[in-house]
Amino acid sequence: MVEPVRKLLEKKVESPEELENLRQSILAKRDPKRTCITVCGGTACRASGAEAVVEAFVDEIERRELQVQVSLKETGCHGFCERGPLVVIEPKKLFYQRVTPDDVEEIIDETILAGRVVERLLYTDPTTKETVTYEPDVPFYKKQTRNVFGTNGTIDPTNIEDYIAIGGYAALSKALFQMTPENIVDEVQKSGLRGRGGGGFPTGRKWQSCHEAKSKVKYVICNADEGDPGAYQDRSLLEGNPHSILEGMIIGARAIGSHQGYIYVRNEYPLAVRHARIAIEQAMDYGLLGRNILGSGFDFNITINKGGGAFVCGESSALMASLEGKVGEPKAKYVHMAEKGLWERPSLLNNVKTWANVPLIINKGADWYAQLGTQGSKGTMIFSLVGNIVNTGLVEVPMGITLRDMIFDIGGGIPEGKKFKAVQTGGPSGGCIPEQFLDTPVDFDELTKLGSMMGSGGMIVMDEDTCMVDVARYFIEFLKGESCGKCTPCREGINRMSQILSNITRGKGKPEDLDTLQDLAEVLSAGALCALGQTAANPVLSTIRYFKDEYLAHINDKKCPAGVCRELVSFSIDPEKCEGCMRCIRECPTGAVSGEKKQPHTINQDMCISCGACYDVCKFGAVIKR
Amino acid sequence: MEVSLDFSKVKEIVEDYTEKVDSLIDSYADKKEQIISLLQDIQAEFNYLPQDVLVKISQKLDIPLSQVFSVATFFRAFSLKPRGRHLVTVCLGTACHVKGGQRLVDKVERDYKIKPGETTEDMRFTLEAVNCLGCCALGPVVVVDGKYESKVTPDKLDRVLKKYR
Repeated sequence: MVEPVRKLLEKKVESPEELENLRQSILAKRDPKRTCITVCGGTACRASGAEAVVEAFVDEIERRELQVQVSLKETGCHGFCERGPLVVIEPKKLFYQRVTPDDVEEIIDETILAGRVVERLLYTDPTTKETVTYEPDVPFYKKQTRNVFGTNGTIDPTNIEDYIAIGGYAALSKALFQMTPENIVDEVQKSGLRGRGGGGFPTGRKWQSCHEAKSKVKYVICNADEGDPGAYQDRSLLEGNPHSILEGMIIGARAIGSHQGYIYVRNEYPLAVRHARIAIEQAMDYGLLGRNILGSGFDFNITINKGGGAFVCGESSALMASLEGKVGEPKAKYVHMAEKGLWERPSLLNNVKTWANVPLIINKGADWYAQLGTQGSKGTMIFSLVGNIVNTGLVEVPMGITLRDMIFDIGGGIPEGKKFKAVQTGGPSGGCIPEQFLDTPVDFDELTKLGSMMGSGGMIVMDEDTCMVDVARYFIEFLKGESCGKCTPCREGINRMSQILSNITRGKGKPEDLDTLQDLAEVLSAGALCALGQTAANPVLSTIRYFKDEYLAHINDKKCPAGVCRELVSFSIDPEKCEGCMRCIRECPTGAVSGEKKQPHTINQDMCISCGACYDVCKFGAVIKR
Repeated sequence: MEVSLDFSKVKEIVEDYTEKVDSLIDSYADKKEQIISLLQDIQAEFNYLPQDVLVKISQKLDIPLSQVFSVATFFRAFSLKPRGRHLVTVCLGTACHVKGGQRLVDKVERDYKIKPGETTEDMRFTLEAVNCLGCCALGPVVVVDGKYESKVTPDKLDRVLKKYR
C-alpha cells in the first residue's frame, strides 16, 4: 500500500474515550488541504488497468521526490465503472477518467505542480456534451444519495485509521456503552430497514427473534455469496469499506448476544476476501474485535469462509449447511434460522448491504434513517446499473426513485441511440419490466407487484436488440445449472421449462407451450423447497406477461424479431456494401461463404449454421441479419 | 459433471505427496467443518482435486469419503480432472449475456473443440463459463489465467488466446 502503513498501536483501544482520542490524533496528523491522489482500486478499475496507474504514480512521485507534498491512496470502488480507471484528486475532488499510466506524468506536471487541469482527461457528458471538472458535479453522482457507498471513494480499505478518521466504530461505541441490546433491536426495528439481499424481510423482526431465542451459543453471519448475475455491489462494499460491515456485525452480535460471526463470501471475489481479512486483523489489533471489545467486556470473533461457487448457497439454510462443511442443500423452512440455524443454534444472517446500513442507523438514529424512502421501504438502496446502458456502474439512491430517473437521468439512457425494451431486476428470481412501467417508484413492494422483485439490487437494462424469449431461456438455463437437485419440483420442473424454452427459441415451439410453462410455474411456486425454485419461473412469467407477442412470433411465425435466436435467423450479404475482403470467408467455420477477392461474397444457406462469425468480423456492415 | 471413482486407485494411497499436502490437511484437524476451504487450498496447489488426496483427507480427518466426494462434486469451483495450462473463463452473467458473451463461448467451442468444463487434448486450455464476475461495465468479460480482458469480441478473443501457448 502506498499510504503510510498503519502503526501498530502500543496498546489496544480500551474505552470510548480512547477511541475518540485516537480519532482526534489521526485527524490532527492529517492536513485536510493536502493534495491526495486517489485511484479507484475496485475490481472493474483494476481490470481496466488501475494497478499500473498506481505504480506509475508511485514511480513518478518518488522520482520527483514529492512524497512530502502529495499522498497517494488506492481506494475501493467509486461506482462509475464505465469510466475507469478513475483518479480523483483531493481536496477539490478533481475528476479524471479512463486514466492510463501514460497520463501520469502529465497529471503530475500539470495538475500537481502547476495547478492546472488536464482537459482531455475530464469527463464529458455524452448527452449534454458538457465537460465536468469535479467529481460531485458529474451527473452520474449528482443525483445519487450515497449514504452507505459514498465513503468508498475516500478511504483506503486496508487502513483502519482511514475508517476511524471518518467516524468509524463510533456506532459500535454507542451500541456498547449507551444502549442495551433491547435498545439496539428497537432502533433497527424502528428504522424500517429491510433485508437487502433478496427477500426484503424486515431486519428488525429477524433481530428480535434472534434476540429472544434462548441459547447460550448464537451466530452472526454475513451473506456475501453474491450470486445474482449482474449484481456486484456486495463485492464492492466488502472490497471498499470492509470495516463498515464488521462494525454492523459486531453491533448485531451485541444485540442478540453472539460471540462468533462468519462472513461467507464467494470464491470468485479474491480482493474482497483479502480486504475483509486485513480488516479483521486490524480490528483485532485495535481492540475493536476479539476479546473485551473497547473494554466493554463483550467478546466477538469473525471468521471468513469462502464459498465453493454454488448459487443456491446464497439461500440461508444452504449457506449454513455449507458453513458446516456439507453440501449446500436447503432445508424446509418450518423452523426459522433465527431459532435453529447454523449447528442448530439461533443464527442472524444478513446481507452485506444490510450490515453496512446498521452503523448509520445507530449513529444517526432510526428517525433520521426512516426519513428517506417510501412507506414500506426505508433508506437507500445500492443498485448495479448494467447491460445496454451508457453509464454502467453502481448507484445508491433513496427507495422510491422511478425506474426512468434511474435509467435515463443517472444511467444516461441506452447507447447508440437504440430503444429501451425492458429492465430486468432481482436476478434469476426477478422479472423483466417493460417501458410502460418506467415511472414506477422502485421499492420492495412495487417491484413485486409488477411480477419482479428487488432482489440484491441488480438492474440489467435491455435494448431493442434483446430477445425476451432468449432472456427467459437464459435465466432458466442458469437455474437449471444451479438447482441443487434435492426437491423434485425444482429439479424436474426447471429442466422441463428449459426444454420447452429451448424448443421455442429453435422454432420448434407449439401453441400450447405457453400454458404448459404457466402450469409448471404454479407447481414450482407451490412445491419447491426454497426460494430458488419457488421464484424460478418469474423471468418466464414476466416475459410472457409483457412480451407475449415475441413468444408468439417464435412459435407461430418461426421468427426471432430481435434477431438473436440463432436457428431463427438467417445471414446474407449485401452486395452493395461488400468490398470482397475475404475476411468472412476465412472466418466461416463451415465454409458457407464463398466468393472472389474484390467481388461481393455470398452465403450458401444450406451450409450456414447461423453462428454469426461473418457478421462479427465484417468491417463494412455488409452482412445482413434477418 | 461426470463423476467416476476408480476403486482400484482408492486403495493405493500415494504416500509421496509433498509434505505440504500433509501439513495442509493436518492444519484442518480441529476445523473439519471448513472442508470447502481445505479443498480450495488443495485445488490451488494442484489446479484440480487428485483422487488420492481426497482419500487422504477422508482418512486423516476421519470424514466419510462419501461426504468428501459429495462436497467435491457439488460445488462448481472444484474439478476432479486435471485442468489445462491456461484457464479461460468466459463470464455469462446477465450483463455479459446481453452483450454477446455466449458468442465467445461458441467461438472457443468452434476453434478449440472444447465445451465449458472441458480441456483441450494438448492440455493448453480449459474452458469455464462463470455466472458473473461483477465487472459488468466491461462486458463481455473473459479472464485468462487471472487476467481480465474487457469488451471482448470474438475477434479480440482470438488474438488474446493466441498469446497463450
